[in-house]
Amino acid sequence: MAEELADQPTSTAEELADQPKGTADELASQPKGTADELASQPKSTADGAAAEFVFSDEQRQLRAAVRGFCAEYLDERAVRAAMEADPPYDPAVWSRLGAELGVLGMAVPESAGGAGGTLVDQAVAVEELGAALAPGPLFGTVYLAIPALVAASGGTDLLGPLADGVRTAAFAIGDVTATGSGQAWTLTGTLERVVDGGAADVVLVAADAPEGTALFAIETDIDTDHPAVKRTPLTTLDPTRPQATVDLSDAPARLVAGPDEADRVVEHALHVGSALLAVEQVGAAQHLLDLSVDYAKNRLQFGRPIGSFQAIKHRLADALVAVEHARSTAYHAIWALTDGSDDPALAVSIAQATCSAALTRVANDTVQVHGGIGFTWEHQAHLYYKRAYTDAALLGSAEEHRARVAELVLDTAVEAASGTPGPRVATGTGERRGDRK
Amino acid sequence: MGTAVDADRVAEAAQRVVAEHDPRSVPTQQFLGACFDAGLSWVHFPEGFGGLGVSRGVQAVADRILQAAGGPVPLGLNPMGYGMAAPTIREHAQTDDVRRQLLRPLATTEDIWCQLFSEPGAGSDLAGLATSAVPDGDEWVLNGQKVWTSLAHRARWGLLLARTDPDLPKHKGLTYFVLDMHAPGVQTRPLRQMTGHAEFNEVYISDARIPDTHRLGGVGDGWRVAMTTLMNERSALGASGSRRGAGTISDAVALWAARPDRHTAVLRDRLTSLWLRAEAQRLTSERSRAAATVGGPGPEGSIGKLVGAELNQHIYEFCMDLLGPEGLLYDGYGLGDGDPDDYRGPIQQRFLRSRANTIEGGTSEVMRNILGERVLGLPGDLRADAGMPWKEVPRG
Repeated sequence: MAEELADQPTSTAEELADQPKGTADELASQPKGTADELASQPKSTADGAAAEFVFSDEQRQLRAAVRGFCAEYLDERAVRAAMEADPPYDPAVWSRLGAELGVLGMAVPESAGGAGGTLVDQAVAVEELGAALAPGPLFGTVYLAIPALVAASGGTDLLGPLADGVRTAAFAIGDVTATGSGQAWTLTGTLERVVDGGAADVVLVAADAPEGTALFAIETDIDTDHPAVKRTPLTTLDPTRPQATVDLSDAPARLVAGPDEADRVVEHALHVGSALLAVEQVGAAQHLLDLSVDYAKNRLQFGRPIGSFQAIKHRLADALVAVEHARSTAYHAIWALTDGSDDPALAVSIAQATCSAALTRVANDTVQVHGGIGFTWEHQAHLYYKRAYTDAALLGSAEEHRARVAELVLDTAVEAASGTPGPRVATGTGERRGDRK
Repeated sequence: MGTAVDADRVAEAAQRVVAEHDPRSVPTQQFLGACFDAGLSWVHFPEGFGGLGVSRGVQAVADRILQAAGGPVPLGLNPMGYGMAAPTIREHAQTDDVRRQLLRPLATTEDIWCQLFSEPGAGSDLAGLATSAVPDGDEWVLNGQKVWTSLAHRARWGLLLARTDPDLPKHKGLTYFVLDMHAPGVQTRPLRQMTGHAEFNEVYISDARIPDTHRLGGVGDGWRVAMTTLMNERSALGASGSRRGAGTISDAVALWAARPDRHTAVLRDRLTSLWLRAEAQRLTSERSRAAATVGGPGPEGSIGKLVGAELNQHIYEFCMDLLGPEGLLYDGYGLGDGDPDDYRGPIQQRFLRSRANTIEGGTSEVMRNILGERVLGLPGDLRADAGMPWKEVPRG
């Protein structure tokens, strides 16, 4: 019986309100004591991981700290300034994120210059950075390059400067040929649309080597008179997430992961990247929902707040469902990668399919609820709208991830079922048929 | 810690009950009576009233032991009794005598309970209900019609909301009663639904009399009493999670797996989308449960009803589309035909039954209002009947 709850006279509504506001804080609360345990665990062991969906006090503090930092240094004005800047972010703020807050390499072992935490810690920071649309090479550096380097046997020395925010990276897979041997390699080929590639100090490239695919690192700041690495910045639909074409002609490269491990390393990087991207999508979607709800409470038309109209209210209720579902799948993917509790490929595809759909949906709702003002350049809605469609395409569309889920779930079910009858279907010939009057 | 001591005490009591009354051999009512006497029916109730006066969180300790020994799930046997009536009686009965009279037979399931809230003219707008209760000495005389009453045909008692003052605004003139379903003037008729079966009843009340001692809460306090009961019910969150792929989505996946001849790419994507939504909701319930253990449910706890209802419909629509012409057959529309409407029948019956999911227990429109207003904090809609005496509110 839910109708009663919606139909409270105002006098009793407050005392009956049992829904605290603010999802993040609610979910962040948990008894003390697990964070130290978490932090002291090597990231590959499952034993010390906290229960799924339960954040530690330290993680809650981390969330508040990143949120506070974003409000002060990465607000909308900073985002708009970065869109016009070269490089398209503020390197001083970026290095503070790395060195001061330590949120760029949270899951990097301390021995490699990182914070020695878990992917859950990294996700907490990314969700807040995503909510702020924080400018900077998060995608290239934090989502992909760092996880690849953590998983690879080579290139460990590259991690420290990336985690500290003094250097940045991009990650690319393309039509590139590697020649050489040992540590002396050169790469030739073109990498299209490399996110964060324009300003990256180092680009990790999955290239065709004689023995199979291998992962290499190239430095971009070499010999500008005879450029072996030529980068052409591209104008992107989303001005906050830049891309560049990277042309390599005999570019000197060092081997990071050989053919024996490169597939695993690349797959791991894509899994972690997809999960962190999903968390970014959740942060952005929650921000947009908050923005829209606030507007619906305050915008008056026909003499009343537009949020009192069910057309608006129900749209936002559905957006709430989308955000909460997205949050659950994104967190689940993060935990699955942290404690090995689920097939990473399935968990990540569930998250990407759900979160890409959720953010694009909420971005549309946001523009619609804001009406004309939401279509203007001066309003922030379009920045998130463009980010929504960009994120949805970067590591596989919702459709591609749905197709992957179909393979992993439905095709498996068909194989497992072979010959079993399935649920009962009425045939119109039941024994009782003749009993009818 | 008090809780640990309480848990030990409850566990001991539960072990004693199963040792002395093996649920696999003694009759169910006798076993549940022993549970009541041991204070294990609702451990947070006072001693002597089916409880031990400990925190309700400890209930799970008792239930685990009792059910592991083969004991029944009493909420399943007397859902309105255990879920709604017991907490309301405990909190709002006027005397301990009434509590004693009602609670033990409720707990044993000797007395089945039903809920008489909805009326033909009061569905989503429950507070607009019209059944009247007029005082007569130390009794009340009731007249009206209730509808959508599950179990009314088996029930001994009904929880009933009636209007005691039509001159007040709708929420203020209501009073909460316990109705004897065997009393003269109470007539129960089955209400046939589109599946062909009759899960629910209509209850006609003509000059039925209720002693004032069977009033729960104050005169005019019915709405508040009803609300506290509903809150009670809502906070009784299930303690265990569900497996991936379980629930109604398993019907669609099993049907898909059994009928490769009907596969198309379009149906495949539709099913994948449904599976993903079911999985996202399952994970959200898990997250809600995790949050509840550390400080109360957040907004993620309120979306399950809305999502589950719509998902059920879409799942069975998918099944019907997959079956094609085969789906056009049925097991018979005679009242006694086919299976009960409890999701054990054939796919076509489940399909028809699912149509009610977005209406029963709060329509999806009302659920979206709840999410919008109580979770997101959006302003309420304008109310044409605000502050108006109930008798002047237009009806029809």
